[in-house]
Amino acid sequence: MTLEDARRVLGARVLVGENCLDQEVGTVCGSDMMSDVLAFSKDHSILLTGLCNPQVIRTAEMLDIICIIFVRGKRPDDKTLEMARDTGLVIMETGHRMFSACGMLYEAGLRGGAI
Amino acid sequence: MADIITLRYTVSPDDFTRAGEASSDVKNKLKQLGIAPPVIRKVSIALYEGEINMVIHAKGGEITVEVSPESIRMVLADVGPGIPDISLAMKEGYSTAPDEIRSLGFGAGMGLSNMKKYTDYMDIQTELGIGTTITMIVNVT
Repeated sequence: MTLEDARRVLGARVLVGENCLDQEVGTVCGSDMMSDVLAFSKDHSILLTGLCNPQVIRTAEMLDIICIIFVRGKRPDDKTLEMARDTGLVIMETGHRMFSACGMLYEAGLRGGAI
Repeated sequence: MADIITLRYTVSPDDFTRAGEASSDVKNKLKQLGIAPPVIRKVSIALYEGEINMVIHAKGGEITVEVSPESIRMVLADVGPGIPDISLAMKEGYSTAPDEIRSLGFGAGMGLSNMKKYTDYMDIQTELGIGTTITMIVNVT
């Protein structure tokens, strides 16, 4: 599945990285706790989160996560989006809640990856 | 690559928005040096966890990273309150982080155990009221 496929499943809007949606995605991690994301996430993943601060971008950068999708209609500030641009991340937002967004991507074939 | 390349950083206290800048810079430098991506990922995660801990618990500190052809050695030294019980602090889920930090997505009690998980060697020297020095090594070869 590509990021564009995931975008379509969630009806998400791209905030950063419009031209990078052809990347293949392996797994998804959904959490508002970056500590857990650091402990359990895989590389080349999508991160679903409702947390909007610069450390979400830093966490994704350290883990080689390729895309962050902000759920519940959350949208980070311009400074955080600028950080994402600098690190080459794709950023999207969706109005779906975490549980629904995870379920929709799972139904579309994406998995969380074994610990 | 020269035999050993040394990188030094000062971690600012109480500036959560800047936490991770040192780890980000180390990651970029390791990429430039041609270090293998799985090694960079391990170093990045362990160092970032440590850097976040320095900001949350220790009011900043100093990070030194030595890159040699065989390994990447990270030393994180702070003058914070020290760790009263290391074995308890190493336990997954145990955290003394305040609610304010939890609301920012950290303080789940995974930091130290995660640092150990992603490194080949970790040593903690701590003294109450004096500070903590954590040494971590990730093997390159």
